[in-house]
Amino acid sequence: MLRFILRRLVGMVIVLFVVSILVFLIFNVIPNSPPAQRLAGKNATPVLVKSIEEEWGFDKSLPEQYVTMMKKVFTNELIQYSPRTSVEDRIVEGIPATLSLSIGAGIIWLSLGLFLGYLSAIRAGGWLDRILTGLAVAGISIPVFLLAPVLIYFLTYKLEIFPNGGYVKLTEDPWEWLTHLILPWFTLAVLSIGFYSRVLRSNMLDVMNEDYVRTARAKGLSERRVMTRHVLRNSLIPITTLFGLDFGATIAGTAIITEVLYNIEGIGLYAAESIGKLELPPIMGITLYGAFFVVFINALVDIAYAYLDPRVRLGSTAR
Amino acid sequence: MSAEGLLSVRDLRVGFATEGGLLQAVDGVSFDVRPGEVVAIVGESGSGKSVTAQTMIGLTRSKNSRIEGSVKLDGEELIDADDATMRRLRGERIAMIFQDPMTSFNPVYRLGDQIVEAIRAHKGEVDKGEARKRVVELFESVGIPNAERRVDSYPHEFSGGMRQRAMIAMALALEPEVLIADEPTTALDVTIQAQILRLLEDLNRQHGLATILITHDLGVVAEVADRVLVMYAGRVVEQGTLDEIFYDPQHPYTWGLMGSLTRLDRPRPHRLPQIAGSPPSLLDLPEGCPFRPRCPHEFSKCSQDPGLEVRLPDVPDHRDRCWLTPEQKREKRQVEGQIGLEAPQEAPRA
Repeated sequence: MLRFILRRLVGMVIVLFVVSILVFLIFNVIPNSPPAQRLAGKNATPVLVKSIEEEWGFDKSLPEQYVTMMKKVFTNELIQYSPRTSVEDRIVEGIPATLSLSIGAGIIWLSLGLFLGYLSAIRAGGWLDRILTGLAVAGISIPVFLLAPVLIYFLTYKLEIFPNGGYVKLTEDPWEWLTHLILPWFTLAVLSIGFYSRVLRSNMLDVMNEDYVRTARAKGLSERRVMTRHVLRNSLIPITTLFGLDFGATIAGTAIITEVLYNIEGIGLYAAESIGKLELPPIMGITLYGAFFVVFINALVDIAYAYLDPRVRLGSTAR
Repeated sequence: MSAEGLLSVRDLRVGFATEGGLLQAVDGVSFDVRPGEVVAIVGESGSGKSVTAQTMIGLTRSKNSRIEGSVKLDGEELIDADDATMRRLRGERIAMIFQDPMTSFNPVYRLGDQIVEAIRAHKGEVDKGEARKRVVELFESVGIPNAERRVDSYPHEFSGGMRQRAMIAMALALEPEVLIADEPTTALDVTIQAQILRLLEDLNRQHGLATILITHDLGVVAEVADRVLVMYAGRVVEQGTLDEIFYDPQHPYTWGLMGSLTRLDRPRPHRLPQIAGSPPSLLDLPEGCPFRPRCPHEFSKCSQDPGLEVRLPDVPDHRDRCWLTPEQKREKRQVEGQIGLEAPQEAPRA
């Protein structure tokens, strides 16, 4: 098991290295205009462009340029030029908000999705299953940019239950933190609740036909135990992979729209602003940050997967 | 079959409502099993043998199944017993072994834990350590080497034969009275088959189990069975002792099964004999004898349904469903010097 984890971590480093090269190529090499000009921003002075060109070594060979860029990334010297602020500082500032939003939404969609999917599966074909199916399809179909304004309109302006956007730090006021995040959490989670409940339902219906479920019944286990310990447990394995991909993607980008709509000062909002102003350094930094989270969470998921399914463990440590 | 056995099945009928109509998977099956006895149910795929077995422990209960008749365990009726009663009975009094040991264990739990789960489902007072000790003993008794260590293995770490031994250990965990083995050796290679059969036979004798062995393999039947039921299209077409079925079979379908066995003590046939045609659809059974379309000996009377009756006056326990007289049967079943079913004169209407 330890070897499996080590191997997975080495794999993660390799993937991140490849991603950084791709980012370097996309931002600094492929575009057909002077990179310093683009890094400097829209209204940069020629002096600034000149200094950036020297700073980033754009007259040197590509490998050297790559090393310079990575050095900046690791030494907190990746900066945006108008106004002159450290990109990494901004990202670090945004992380608590983005993580609060994503983790909360992740917990909500995973628990509600699994709960509703389980209910749907054990009542398959019944009226409860039909209602849940309808709700799930509705949840999957509603776009975030429609759902959020509707929720804000009714629950914030009309009924004044929830505060109007913004983010309050958990350390400042936990209650305000919670009330500010409830709407964004649900906005972000609704699609996945529907999707996960459908996936779990169909996984469980497949697993119910497995021979080992019949064995479990033949042992004289109670129906509830058969469903939870055998059917649900084995249906969760593919869900883990799905959750890893979705959760990584949420932290790294899906949260952008929700952060903008609810004015949450996280990384997504920073990314949206930077894109609007065509600021390249922040976009570069956020891309790398996003890649790191996606890869990191997938590594965690693979390790969890090996824990959930012993056959995976064998495959990697057999030799 | 005068005295009732430990397990007594009477006129069991199992149907499933399907879109095409009611599918009568089991149609009037009756038999008894006594302690220490092995009753084999033989038939090809779809003949209803597995459904019969699973119905006995209530595994075929569902919204679309129609179950009639009677299954009594020690005088207690099981067909209309409630689910909780059936659950207590499964594993504890009637245990079942399944065909494919590869897929019959949950891949994500250790084998020992799966057997501990079975023990504790019935005996909640047994703590985990005690249950584990019991599993080690069980593993030893079914011939799994390094039992102490192997109880912590996952199913995929076992070979097929070892897994089937573990399956048998699980079935025996609560010392049941009845053991149902549904094709226990089908997924194993021949040497392992022999070992598993030997093991089942020994355990049967030691524990006085009433065993029901479901198989399509007459070789397996010959090894261990005391009595045999031959099933075709959901019905018993012939039943009798092992010797009667092998040396004096009365039903053409049984002849066909016997004829399609390869034998080491005879010259190898040019082509393996087979029963022409395929089993009828259970939704659309032919009128009269269901084997009629595939039977080369069909005659006018076969359009009436032959009941399962005693047709050999001096053997009251032997029953079959064929209108031919015993003399005709003895003559017709001889094909090239051995028991078999000759090829039909005309193309089968199956």
